Formats: sequence, structure tokens, C-alpha cells
Amino acid sequence: MARAGYDGAVLVAPFTEPYSRFSNESAHWWIARALRGSLRAAGLGPREIDGFSVASFTLFPDTPVALTQHLGLSPRWLDSVPMGGASGVVALRRAARAVQAGDADIVACVAGDTNPIDGFRKLLSAFSRFALDASYPYGYGGPNASFALLMDRYMQEYGASRADFGHVAVAQRANALKNPHALMKKPLTLDDYLNARPIAEPIALFDCVMPCAGGEAFLVMREDRARALGLPFARIRATIERHNAFADDPIQLRGGWVVDVDELWQMAGMGPQDMDLVQTYDDYPVISVMQFEDLGFCAKGEGADFLRARDLTIAGDLPHNTSGGQLSSGQAGAAGGFIGLVEAIRQVTQTAGPTQVADAARALVSGFGMINFDRGVCSAACVLEGGA
Amino acid sequence: MTEPLAPPPKKNPQRRTRLPTLPPAMRSRAGLGLALAAGQGRFALQCCAECGAVQYPPRDACHQCLATDLQWRDQPTGGQLLAETRIHASPDPYFRERLPWRAGTVQLDAGPVVLAHVHGDVAREARVRMALRLDRAGQGVLMALPERETPHMEDDPMLREMGTHPRHRRVLITDARAPEAEPLARALLDAGAAHVFLGLAEGWRPFPACERIEAIEGVTLHPLDVTDAESLADLAGSIGGKVDILINNARHIRPGGVIGAALHDTRDALEVGALGLMRLAHAFGPAMRARGADGVNSACAWVNVLPAQALAHDPGFAGAVAAGAAMRALSLSLRAELRAGGIRVLHAHAGPIDDEWHQPLPPPKLAPAALARAIVQGLEQGLEEIHAGDVARDLAQRFAENPALLAREMEGGA
Repeated sequence: MARAGYDGAVLVAPFTEPYSRFSNESAHWWIARALRGSLRAAGLGPREIDGFSVASFTLFPDTPVALTQHLGLSPRWLDSVPMGGASGVVALRRAARAVQAGDADIVACVAGDTNPIDGFRKLLSAFSRFALDASYPYGYGGPNASFALLMDRYMQEYGASRADFGHVAVAQRANALKNPHALMKKPLTLDDYLNARPIAEPIALFDCVMPCAGGEAFLVMREDRARALGLPFARIRATIERHNAFADDPIQLRGGWVVDVDELWQMAGMGPQDMDLVQTYDDYPVISVMQFEDLGFCAKGEGADFLRARDLTIAGDLPHNTSGGQLSSGQAGAAGGFIGLVEAIRQVTQTAGPTQVADAARALVSGFGMINFDRGVCSAACVLEGGA
Repeated sequence: MTEPLAPPPKKNPQRRTRLPTLPPAMRSRAGLGLALAAGQGRFALQCCAECGAVQYPPRDACHQCLATDLQWRDQPTGGQLLAETRIHASPDPYFRERLPWRAGTVQLDAGPVVLAHVHGDVAREARVRMALRLDRAGQGVLMALPERETPHMEDDPMLREMGTHPRHRRVLITDARAPEAEPLARALLDAGAAHVFLGLAEGWRPFPACERIEAIEGVTLHPLDVTDAESLADLAGSIGGKVDILINNARHIRPGGVIGAALHDTRDALEVGALGLMRLAHAFGPAMRARGADGVNSACAWVNVLPAQALAHDPGFAGAVAAGAAMRALSLSLRAELRAGGIRVLHAHAGPIDDEWHQPLPPPKLAPAALARAIVQGLEQGLEEIHAGDVARDLAQRFAENPALLAREMEGGA
């Protein structure tokens, strides 16, 4: 059966609560700040939303149910999206369907996490059962070690060099320098990247994101409502989602996007060449390279060559992770699954300010989440287009 | 190539002893299967009893057919290293002190792809031999070893860290009179032990091996009576900080059932075996537990020698075996208590030894030297459960298969 489009449901009011390296506030605080920021941007009050979607790792012992009481919300549609780096796209596609069907009129999609001192170690220490049983006891390198193995294999298999990955990281830092809220403020050169101290070989310092606290939010509503409120909006042209794809691949060199990529572009009625910018999930540059391949920009194994020939900065021929991405803005837990999406809504609605790509109309956003054991299990992507 | 391990320098008494930290110890219930196999020196993985699929990490249902009847079965140990990393940064205190740490992805011949510790002598993208080892937290972990033995490979820092190898370590054997004491001391020295302290109760009583033992270089005899807390406190006061491996082989074995036997024999068996173990733990446990990360000759292991029948009972040696069963239960608790220091507690289950108290029993009986060899091999391989001799191995297998049936069979004096 052909999938129905997302006609009538639009994305508005993208809001980023500026990140902080460490925070003694709670996830509740960060979610409240992000929600409030988005509602203010839309000129709405908290009582005016009837749908609420939450992504967070650090709400414990609370759930989104407790959050409704904590924040004084009374939604008739409530969602919890435990998909880490894929949570933004997944939240969006569920919320859009709810709005289309009339199950909710306005859904606030929010991601927020805190990061107290030693919080990252504690978050890791009970991340998943497979991680407890089969990855932490082996050096406790966290995601760095898991993706180091992937990167090691990728480099052997496809002949990519560290400089190729450096190209991605360096361009993102250049973008981040235009984003006043990015945690990384210093320029990064390719030499800096190549000479950085090793973290888990072949991963070095500038391959890694900095864990931090932060919040991201946007609203999903009907297009007529957005117009009535006078809000610039983005339309959803296509989405895909996949979990635990290619379980028999000995090492993850491709993600679940490969299964669904044809459907993505077919549903969008566009192709990779039509994108004005791309927001990949950049927990590591190698993962971004993988996404360009798996989402049809180039053949498998040619990602490094493809990107080397392109300028990935805001003014370049293929603007990528225009706010600096997680690599240069920081990884705020589940908000890391929203950072690219929220920035893409800003971009296609011409509200990105200092990081605005000229005449940006169409964007690809990709999500990748949850290293349950040895690989990211969730993958998702969406194509957005600015509304007029 | 692994650098041979140098003997440790003399300890500087002014420096603080490094506190033991442990690698992550939390596991799921299914995940504990790795520790059970590792403690026995087996390479076993979880298999589906219905479709035969081998899976890793351990699960609660088969990832191929959703059956929930899962069993641990021995697997071929070959594998291929697909990718590797050297971890230079970890938020975990244990690994932070031991960086860089090598880990890799291995495609097992058995099927699954696993994350494993990688021995320093393994080449990039090489074939490897997999082993399940107990780590410092006492949990089972996968280790990729060179396919063939390499020189000094047991001195690899990672393998040394996992293990309880006697090399450069000082060992206390609690009962010099036991028939395995002399061969055990020799086997430990052959394995590279730095020194062997031998405990001797009632030193005025002569025993046949005394002169031979006194003549061994690297062995000293010390007054030690596990039924006398004062003698233990005295000895712990002088050598307690130097005992890296403690082998408690003190036991009191006399034949007899429940009705016919003398109460005092059983009382003595409990005094020596069960309460003796507790007294030893009071005297030597705290220092050992504090010295679990004390360099090359850190404290690492405590071995209790138990009668193999302690898994069930034995009407021919009812009291002695009951004391052994009490000792085993205490030893399991001691294992939990010493784990905080990274100290491993080993059980050496010994079949009937070829000595005066088992004289009328038919063979097979355990030669004292064979028991000594089994204990030293168990220490070298970092095991938790050692079954020395045919009788002990047979009993362990029957116990694993059906404990109630074993108890029934033992009634016949099997």
C-alpha cells in the first residue's frame, strides 16, 4: 500500500534552549525551558497544546506522565520517544499523524536532558542490558569505543583516511562559530583534528561530541492554524524509520536507511540533488559519512571521496549541520536527536539568523540512535520543505 | 611480543597502598552464565535448545525462533579479529588506571560477533583463540588470545590483570602436614612463586616430609593452627601483608557414618574445616582484600581445598564431608566478601586422596602431587572451580546434571 503523505500537518516554532556543559538543573527544567521557548515563539500558552511528545534520558524516576502533572499540562495525546538520536524524526512522524487524524490539534515535541558532574558516566552505566553484559566490561570506552571499532573497520574496508573525517569536523566547527550558542568557540584546523589526543583509536578528541545539558522543541499543528497564527512553517515531504536492520552484518557499515531510502525519495518526489542542506546525526564524523552514502548521495564506500570534493559550510555547495551539529554545539542527551531537525525547521523557514543558508527551501534530516550493544539500532530520516 | 614480567621492587612502606577498584560488575541473570563457564575454564555460549542457534549477548529468548529454552553449550574457540581499538579515555575508575586498553570485534567460528578483550600479542586482523576468563570483578569476559602460544604470553598485562598466576607472588599454605603440601610448594615455586609460607600446627610433632620441606629454597615453615585464633593473629601480624595467595588445605578427615561415628571427630572436622576457615578469614582476609591492586605481587586468590563429596554427602565419611559442605557454604560467602578487593576464591574439590584415612577405599584415588598440579593450574588459568582427580570430576558432572539423583546414588557408597 502506498503511504499517505503528511498534507495538512506542519512544523512551527523551532526553539533551542542554549546548551550548558554541566547543569545542576533537572531534565524537567530543561524540558520546561524548551517548551516555553517554543510556545512563546508561537504566541501560545501551555494550556493551548493538547498533544505532548517527550524524549529524555534523565527524567528518572519520572516519565512523560509525571511531566504532565509537573508542568501543569493536560494533553489528550501523550508520547514518549526513547530513541535517542532518532527521536526527533520519530517524534515528528507520530505527531504529524496525530494532527492529521485529529487526535490532537497542537503537539509540542520536546527533547531535553541534564548533565550533572559525573552524569554521563552514570547515564552510561545502566544504558542497556547488552551494554551491561557485553560492552562496558571491555574497557568501558562507552560509545567512543563502539564507534572506534566501526570506524576502524570502515577505514580498512573502504580506504578512508582520518583526514577525510577531519574534513567533516572542520567544516562543522566553522559553522558553529556562527552559532552564538555552540559550546565550541575556537576555530578548528585539519591539523588540530589530526594531531588531537587519541580517545579510542582511531577516534581522537575532535571525533567526539561533548556531553552537555540542553533542550530542543518544535510544534506540530495544522497548516491553517499556523497560517492563522502568522507562523512560518515547514512541510513534511517524506519520512522513514527502521530498527535493528542488517542484524547479520558483523560490523555496522550501513544503517537502516538503506532499507527505506528509495521509499524516502519516492515519497518526497525529490532526490538528494534537490536538497539545499543536510542535517545528519553526527555523533561521530564516520556516522555522518555513512549517512550520505546510505541516503543516496553517493555509493557505499565513496562517502569520503564525495565529501572531500564539497564545501560543507553554511556558504558552501552542500551545507551540512549548519548549527555546528553535536560535534561543535554539544550532545545534550536526547536533544541530540532533535538538534538537526530543529535547525532544519529554522533553515527552511528562513529563521536561522546567523547560520541561515541563503534561499534554503529543502532539507534532509537524518537520525540515528541507541547503541544497544555494538551498533546504532534506530535510524530515521525526513525531508522538509519550507511552506509558503 | 610480551615482555617478561620483572619481579616487583621492594615495597616502599611510606607510600599508600593503591586501593582496589573493580571493572563494571553488574550483569543480567542470563549474563551470569559467562562467569559460570569462565570459572570452570570452559568456553560456552548460550544456545537455543529448539533451533540450535548460538547467540551473544546472552538473552532470555532465542533471537532466531523466540523459544525460551536456552542452554549453555561448549563452543569451538576459533575466531577472526575484524576490528580493534585502543581505548585511551574511560570514565570508569578501574579502566582509567589501566589505559590504554585494547578491545576488538571478533567473528566467532561459533557464529556470533562479539566484543572482546584483545591480548597484546594478537596481530591486526589475525585469527584468534577465544577464552572465557574471570575479570577482577569475578565476572566472565571474552578474551581474544593469539592462536598459538607466544613467549611469556601469561605476562601480558591484561591477562595478568584477569588472572591469579603465582609468578612473583607469595603463597601461604595453611597445613604443611597434609600430603599435598610438599608437592604443592614445589609446583608453586616451579610456576614462579616468589616465596611459599607453610603453616605448621603443633610443631613438636614430627612428620615425614618435614626435613625435605625445610630443604626447599624459597619455603619457610611457620607456627599456624587454624583452631587457635591467637596463633593466626601472630602469624598475620608478621606475614599478613605479604600473603598474595592463600591456600587453605587444613582439613580433618576421619571415616564414619552418623550413628556409629565419634562426635569428637566431627567436632574436630568442623573446628578445622569450617571454623578454621572463618578464623583464617578474620586474620588474613582484611589485609588481602586491601591489597588487591598492590602492583605485580598484589593479593589475588584464596583457595579452599574441599572434599569432592561436599557437593552431596558420603555415608562413609559423614562428619568430614558435612564439615566440607559447611566449609563450601562459608567459602561461597567469603567469595562475595573478598570480591570487593578483587580477590578470587577458588574451590579445589579433591577426590579421596591416597592417604592413610582412605586406605581401604578402592581406586581411583588422588595422588597428592596430582592435587597440587590441579591447584597450580587452576591458579594459572584463573579458575574458580577446580575438580582434582577422576572422582571429583565425576561427582561434579553428576551434581550438575541432577543433584537429587547424585544424593541418592551416594547412599550406595558410590
